[in-house]
Amino acid sequence: MKRVQFGHSPVPYLFVAPQIIIIAIFFLWPAAQAVHQSFLLEDAFGMSSQFVWFRNFEDVLSSPSWLKSAGFTVVFSTLVAVLSIAISLFLAVRADEVIRGAKVYKTLLMWGYAVAPPVAGLLGIMLFNPLMGDLYILFNKMGLDFNHIQNGNDATFVVVLIAVWKQVSVNFIFFLSGLQGIPKSVTEAATLDCKSPERRFWTITFPLLAPTTFFLMVINLTYAFFETFGIIDVSTKGAPGGATATLVYKVYVDGFLGADMGGSSAQSVLLMIMVSVLTVFQFRFIERKVHY
Amino acid sequence: MFRKTLMAAAALLAMANTASAATEITWWHAMDGALGDVVNHIADDFNKSQSEFKVVPINKGGYEDTMTAGIAAFRAKNQPNIIQIFDAGAATIINAKGAVYPVQDLLEKYGSKFDINDYIPGVRYFYADSKGKMIGMPFNSSTPLLYFNKDALAKAGIQNPPKTWQEFEEIAPKLKAAGYEGFAESHSPWIFFENFMSRHNLQMATANNGYDSTDVKILYNNDDLKNHWKKMKEWKDEGYFGYYGRAWGANQDAFLQQKAAMWLGSSGSFGGLRKSATFDFGTSTLPYWKGVGDAPKSTFIGGASLFAFSGHSDKENKGVAEFFEFLTKPETQYYWHKETGYVPITTAAYELAKKDGYYKESPDAEVGIQQLSEEGGEWTKGYRLGFYVQIREVIYNEVDKMMNGEETIDQAFDVIETEGNKLLGRFHDTYSN
Repeated sequence: MKRVQFGHSPVPYLFVAPQIIIIAIFFLWPAAQAVHQSFLLEDAFGMSSQFVWFRNFEDVLSSPSWLKSAGFTVVFSTLVAVLSIAISLFLAVRADEVIRGAKVYKTLLMWGYAVAPPVAGLLGIMLFNPLMGDLYILFNKMGLDFNHIQNGNDATFVVVLIAVWKQVSVNFIFFLSGLQGIPKSVTEAATLDCKSPERRFWTITFPLLAPTTFFLMVINLTYAFFETFGIIDVSTKGAPGGATATLVYKVYVDGFLGADMGGSSAQSVLLMIMVSVLTVFQFRFIERKVHY
Repeated sequence: MFRKTLMAAAALLAMANTASAATEITWWHAMDGALGDVVNHIADDFNKSQSEFKVVPINKGGYEDTMTAGIAAFRAKNQPNIIQIFDAGAATIINAKGAVYPVQDLLEKYGSKFDINDYIPGVRYFYADSKGKMIGMPFNSSTPLLYFNKDALAKAGIQNPPKTWQEFEEIAPKLKAAGYEGFAESHSPWIFFENFMSRHNLQMATANNGYDSTDVKILYNNDDLKNHWKKMKEWKDEGYFGYYGRAWGANQDAFLQQKAAMWLGSSGSFGGLRKSATFDFGTSTLPYWKGVGDAPKSTFIGGASLFAFSGHSDKENKGVAEFFEFLTKPETQYYWHKETGYVPITTAAYELAKKDGYYKESPDAEVGIQQLSEEGGEWTKGYRLGFYVQIREVIYNEVDKMMNGEETIDQAFDVIETEGNKLLGRFHDTYSN
């Protein structure tokens, strides 16, 4: 591409300055501090500090509980992203078809958006309370031998369920507006050409929704990585045996509760690297398949 | 008119000035809800008792939030005068050299008198250094107790709650036959690790339970403790012990909803239970294994203590010292004990409660302090272990795995030992220079 240079005016820089300053203060500066801390062994009160190169990273990477938590985070994030996108896409397509009472359906489906993650966690854990939770009692009446207090898989099921429930309404809003953005002429032309609504969906609607789906994938993975913290802290606290502790939750336990500055900074830096790699991967390889 | 208003305003300002002439002492604490009200009441009483200082208590959330807030404030050189730090966090603040003004030094310099023997034995040295100098001032002190449902025991034909685990094994089948789980417990690391060691007078860690050095190894991987947990697993499988996970409330609820006939919790839970239990319950001492170690010995205290941050003016430090003296007065302690269920920390306060007939009207309130006043041993004065919050986390995780059968008892204790020692090693490397 040929570069065209025009005379520079400082005004555009002035306009982007607030955004840049905010990013610098609230993201770049703390991130740089975390990187700096991750090379230090420093007591919590900052009375003594020593530079230890990669000691913190070695300790983190050789810790079985961190590895377990990393594994869980991958499984959890994949499940949450895939399930919440799939379910909300299904709901959005169905809601889009409804004619009578459409507004009521849509409002009800969007409602969950207003619920904060810790509240969602609280609602969920009450439904699964072993002494009085309706879902817990129902599952066991069905003969499922369900026990999330002791069984790691059951606990995973509970946190995934809460996290997906919370996210479905967000995705639903995006999919619905995506669907409404598809020109009527296109869908009508497709109806003339093809009788099967399923086929029409996969060949016309879904490709046209691809930019929305891609955007939601990025958003949902970040959600599963970071924002589900509130849900986990309120519902399982990583139990049983660390089976539901995400990496972010572990940073919180070691850094915030345990006052291990270096160790938790190293964990944050690793997490930062993981998410960056994942995002770059998404943009380089998956976005190519998306047509805008 | 205008002049009059101006003069009135000036007069008001002058009044406000004299009011704020009192030196402010900030106190960050972790007591919310009803406990927070009691804390405010005590601060008010102190403020009314003199005019030189004004204590301002501020609730900073839970124990961990308060500690983190204190750390952040200290690093920003904006620390409060007094901060409440919980038992497991004590090593973090005490080992940060120069972060706190040891309470004993503070009281000896600014106070009227200080004698460590005024404090009850179980409390005295828990927040002290290896030479026995008090660093943090014990504040809300609790100890693990056995609560029992009187109706449930009567239904099963049992006269008295078990004093020992051997006795428990005898009555457990009867409780099961009457439709109850024998017991549930909240906070396994505190009750069945730390206090198990103290109750049986077993050494918990090298280097004098960690008081002498940060170069220390944990001694949990021993047969006595492992045998106890083997029994726990057996009991759970038999239905004699109900395990509701790591959450404090879930296990307490099992007792409140009469699924479990007994519950091991904190002496500080007494007031809350009295409000919410729909049945008659009593308290008893923490059971022990007869013949293990030299049980029964006194238990450790739990709860938290108050630390005076360094870096404040002489005047403010004097205020802190005066407030600490006010806090340890028998009347203040008795009030605190009665309102919250935490044990009184001085012998004088305990005597006052006795003299006042408080234990005649509610004998259950005395069990905690009796247990703390039981004969002490070499290993009952406390422990000082770094990154202990994370070590408790490891224990919580391993207890889950022992109980769901993911790991055997031996495997779980191997993990506790290796992971615990790794954390202690990190702490030593962090704090030793």
